[in-house]
Amino acid sequence: MDLYEYQAKELFIRHEVPTTPGEVCTTAGDAETVAARIGGPVVVKAQVKTGGRGKAGGVKLADDPADARAKAEAILGMDIKGHTVHRVLVAEASDIAEEYYVSFLLDRANRTFLAMASVEGGVEIEEVAATKPEALAKIRVDALEGVSPTLAREIAAAANFPEDVRSQVADILVDLWRTMVKEDATLVEVNPLVKTPDGRVLALDGKVTLDENAAFRHPHHEELIDRDGTDAIELRAKDLDLNYVKLEGSVGIIGNGAGLVMSTLDVVSYAGEEFGGVEPANFLDIGGGASAEVMANGLDIVLGDPDVQAVFVNVFGGITACDAVANGIVQAISMLEQRGESVTKPIVCRIDGNNAEEGRQILNEAEHDLIELVETMDDAARRVAELAAARAAGK
Amino acid sequence: MAIWLNSDSKILVQGMTGSEGTKHTRRMVASGAQVVAGVTPGKAGQDVDGIPIFNDVASAMGQTGANVSVVFVPPKFAKGAVEEAVDASIPLCVVITEGIPVHDTAQFFQYAHNAGSIRIIGPNCPGIISPGQSNAGIIPADITRPGRIGLVSKSGTLTYQMMYELRDIGFSTCVGIGGDPIIGTTHIDCLAAFQDDPDTDAIVMIGEIGGDAEERAAAFIAENVSKPVVGYVAGFTAPEGKTMGHAGAIVSGSAGTAAAKQEALEAVGVKVGRTPSATARLMREIMGG
Repeated sequence: MDLYEYQAKELFIRHEVPTTPGEVCTTAGDAETVAARIGGPVVVKAQVKTGGRGKAGGVKLADDPADARAKAEAILGMDIKGHTVHRVLVAEASDIAEEYYVSFLLDRANRTFLAMASVEGGVEIEEVAATKPEALAKIRVDALEGVSPTLAREIAAAANFPEDVRSQVADILVDLWRTMVKEDATLVEVNPLVKTPDGRVLALDGKVTLDENAAFRHPHHEELIDRDGTDAIELRAKDLDLNYVKLEGSVGIIGNGAGLVMSTLDVVSYAGEEFGGVEPANFLDIGGGASAEVMANGLDIVLGDPDVQAVFVNVFGGITACDAVANGIVQAISMLEQRGESVTKPIVCRIDGNNAEEGRQILNEAEHDLIELVETMDDAARRVAELAAARAAGK
Repeated sequence: MAIWLNSDSKILVQGMTGSEGTKHTRRMVASGAQVVAGVTPGKAGQDVDGIPIFNDVASAMGQTGANVSVVFVPPKFAKGAVEEAVDASIPLCVVITEGIPVHDTAQFFQYAHNAGSIRIIGPNCPGIISPGQSNAGIIPADITRPGRIGLVSKSGTLTYQMMYELRDIGFSTCVGIGGDPIIGTTHIDCLAAFQDDPDTDAIVMIGEIGGDAEERAAAFIAENVSKPVVGYVAGFTAPEGKTMGHAGAIVSGSAGTAAAKQEALEAVGVKVGRTPSATARLMREIMGG
């Protein structure tokens, strides 16, 4: 889960990383009030989970509260790379003498963590890595040993931080690593880390990604979930503990196992080329060993998506028993009909593997007009794309 | 022969008395695997279908000669369970558990690395099967017959799908390496082992979006693998920045895309199928089946 800058800074404060916290505002009026409280010049920053805010005009300096209001008005509602700005952070404006870069991230290739640091901060770090790789120090962090003050000084030295800030930077690196471990983050990035004219080092921005697998030991992370910024169907699926991602097409996809579902999306998209570019409407993995109830919840979610014209249930029963899947499909339809919602979207099913025969028999005996069994994944993908295109055309 | 797991393998199950542990112990036994012990702290003296339970891995190994551990314990306790297996010097530890925090995995991987000779497969994986010989994990044993294809995959169900498509030709060993960002055994480890295995003639490699493991595997194949390899990559239509089910399956910016992985594999002569069925057909041509 990626955090907004203001949330990242809240975590920084909790772990004693020096920063400019500011206050988050959803209206221009609030921005004015906050600016008055802070006093003096402030910076008004769009809160969006994407880079390049500054270039897009989402970060503005304001001289006084009235100016802060005007700047917030201009920024709120702005579109930055497809993200609408719903909040701005109003913070004390810092004078900047120098801009640096520091981060900790997961190093998948080496199966550990990596520290990155550079005195060339304030620009996109990918650009530094590409054009001046020697200016970006990369130091391996042992997952068991972590970042000791000694290692922190080594990182600061490797990146050639000026002598006068080196010990401050090393202290900040230790604090950021503590943030990384204590919050179970997979990324903690500060760009820019700045030196002010009076020689203080501060995290002026912050980017943090939290590991959702670690939610069980961080009850307070629940509050960081961005419910307003999440698709309504995704939220409902999350509440039902379903692994769902909303996409932009018209074929609802349900399968078991992340790999098979990703593969199903691809196969449907290929098959859809023939029917004017039919694409998948979602990713939904009902997981290993799914019960009839999970299948029914999944189908309910997917059928309830107004963008969906037809549904493809693609299951290979390894641990999942295909008869349970088939029962789930039949149950879901009768549940929806009992609720008075008429099910009108065709459901193409391909089920194979564990108890496949029993599963197919259950679907055949249900004799439901909308359920169609197709033998192979490729043929089923073609059929569902055809049905989705026909239903969309018939509207 | 097969790799890492054969008919001599003696399996212990950490978390055997839990519901998943018991269910899959029974499936492993039914498939002919030698499951010799279970480990659940505080439950020594009990048994599951006559298989004795021990309090810790070391005593289970001492009493039964177990040399493979399969871990089913919940995420919260998984790190402790793996470290215990490391301390007992078991040669192979298969971690089925899904949802382990990545800091825990990084720590137990480092712990195992420091200890030396232990292979960890997973976490968040279906395990490893050498059809007709042994089965450590949750891969259904009745999908395929034994044969001479080696399979390595990040995905469980795509493993099953591929085993099913090529069931008449059969497999030497199938390894589900798992979909987490940090995993103990990589595509490269499996490719190296299959290359050295006299009972494997060709290799299917299944990857997915996220990270650059497939790109590194491609570089490894170019230098080290002379046996034919066919590949499949899932996730061409995955949007940027969204985690697709597996914790590791995410395209970040322009990194980790399926297209880049396919390109890297094809550049070193690996034939990559557009769909699982097409991939199976490519393998069929190689095996003359």
